[in-house]
Amino acid sequence: MYSDLNQRLKADVRLEEGLQACMNCGICTAICPAAEFYEYDPRSIAITVQSGNEEKIAALLQSDTIWYCGQCMSCKTRCPRNNCPGLIISVLRKLSQETGAFIKSRMGRQQYLIVKTIGANLLQFGYCVHPTSLVPATHPEQGPVWRWIYENMQEVYASVGANLDGDGPGALRKISDKDLDELHQIFEVSGGLKLYQTIEYFSQRKAIELGLTDPNGEADMEKYTQYLLNE
Amino acid sequence: METKTKIRWSEYNKEIADNKFFYLRSCIRQNFNPGAEKVFLSILQNKLRKEVYDDPHHTTCSGIGYHSDIVPFETFQSMVARQFSLMTERGYKNCAVSCITSFGGYNEVLSTWKEFPEELEKTRENLLKATGRTFEIPENLSHACDIIYHFRKEIATQARYRLINKETGEPLKIVDHIGCHYAKIFPEKGVGGSEYSRVLTGMIEAWGGEAVDYPERRHCCGFGFRHYLVKNNRSYSISNSRKKFESMKPYQPDMILTNCPGCNMFLDRWQYALAQIEGKVYGGENGIPVLSHEELAGLVLGYDPWKDIGLQMHQIDVEPLLNKIGVEYDPKQKFTGVRGQYINEPEFTGCLAKQD
Repeated sequence: MYSDLNQRLKADVRLEEGLQACMNCGICTAICPAAEFYEYDPRSIAITVQSGNEEKIAALLQSDTIWYCGQCMSCKTRCPRNNCPGLIISVLRKLSQETGAFIKSRMGRQQYLIVKTIGANLLQFGYCVHPTSLVPATHPEQGPVWRWIYENMQEVYASVGANLDGDGPGALRKISDKDLDELHQIFEVSGGLKLYQTIEYFSQRKAIELGLTDPNGEADMEKYTQYLLNE
Repeated sequence: METKTKIRWSEYNKEIADNKFFYLRSCIRQNFNPGAEKVFLSILQNKLRKEVYDDPHHTTCSGIGYHSDIVPFETFQSMVARQFSLMTERGYKNCAVSCITSFGGYNEVLSTWKEFPEELEKTRENLLKATGRTFEIPENLSHACDIIYHFRKEIATQARYRLINKETGEPLKIVDHIGCHYAKIFPEKGVGGSEYSRVLTGMIEAWGGEAVDYPERRHCCGFGFRHYLVKNNRSYSISNSRKKFESMKPYQPDMILTNCPGCNMFLDRWQYALAQIEGKVYGGENGIPVLSHEELAGLVLGYDPWKDIGLQMHQIDVEPLLNKIGVEYDPKQKFTGVRGQYINEPEFTGCLAKQD
């Protein structure tokens, strides 16, 4: 599972873009919002990947560490060598998911939740976000105005000129079946669906490992979801 | 990824197309501030007499999925290529992008194709196999804020209102917040680059206001993609926004101006959430109004705050700002439906419920 990690990382063109020659100065860590919030140090990640040490890279793939980055890319702006640790993170996360290493860490396991929300929205609506999936009960931070919008959805969107679920152009228009089919085909051909399935496959294995199963011994993904939300 | 030392102001500028735009909408802006996109199109078409095409066939670019790592780069490139295919099909060469995540993503893809032609070829093959489509690379890719900035002086000449306190005659004090992916990844793609962004301050000054610098001006709003999307991690998001509010509070801004749909929503909602958690309001009467470049352009041009711009969809009340500027509006129209009928209203607006 964890063989040829260097080679697999280098096969991603983004690593060439993101890591040219790190001199270990630490400016990325100084500017990084995630380093301020978590025990996180993008400098050491750049150095580990640059070292090519397979053992240390395998440890990174299984750790919470690679999931702390918020992808703001502030590191790119300030790096004097034009590296982009945020992009290195994207490459590490992809490999972590492909190898199943992500289920070894609490933060990594959360990828299942994102597939089930944003991933599902993408395929169902053709949008990353859709108002029907922003339920006030699970989004208390959205406040009373969002609750008002949610509870009066058709009228509010129509009153500001949006075209919620309507034909033709406009905000939140219904994406036609033909256009959605093209989106699905793109996901099929370019590996998007395969990544969803890979995340789901390893998540199911983790659910079984945790004993979160149904009476037939199959993974109970509802229980697993609740586990992740309370982890 | 190119970076070079800038030696003169002209090098901080970028080329922004003048006309004939293919519009690419934002998932987040359509959900939370759809009126901003509507008024942007209206300003271009009806005030500036520009041609802009709003294609019903375009979808999400999948950028939020890409940066939360559930969408592979290969898929993201193909999704972007499909948008370009639609543009090509309609005979356009200039993209006008509503979303900052998309804007950064399109630039990442274009840069990749330039440096790794084999990625472009692979994407062409993927798109053709999946959809039968081909595409041309756009000649110009501008964010919507670039376009408003480009025409800021024309907007100023047509403006009904200035960003001046009508009681005191003083310019309104406005802080800006630039979405990270506007220029942090590719500084040369943003007006003023990443360190000295001018895209929003240029508008503020052209329309009579005072752009106020503050220490954490360049700090991220805290979206963090997976950090907001997963409920367990949202403390990351709110903590970063809090850092910004603390930093801008001493300057007593009249409003916050944004260019990113996500930042616009977060800086609005997190003020409410922080007030509920801490009991603290960071400015204004009951919070600092947060408007995007399209919304502010619409306001100065005299569009109706509710029916044309949809400012009732903000948690933080905009009325204190409207009153300072002297914008004419009907308070009774705020919570009305399509035909002007009252449709009930939120439990409360702003940061804290008003005490009777």
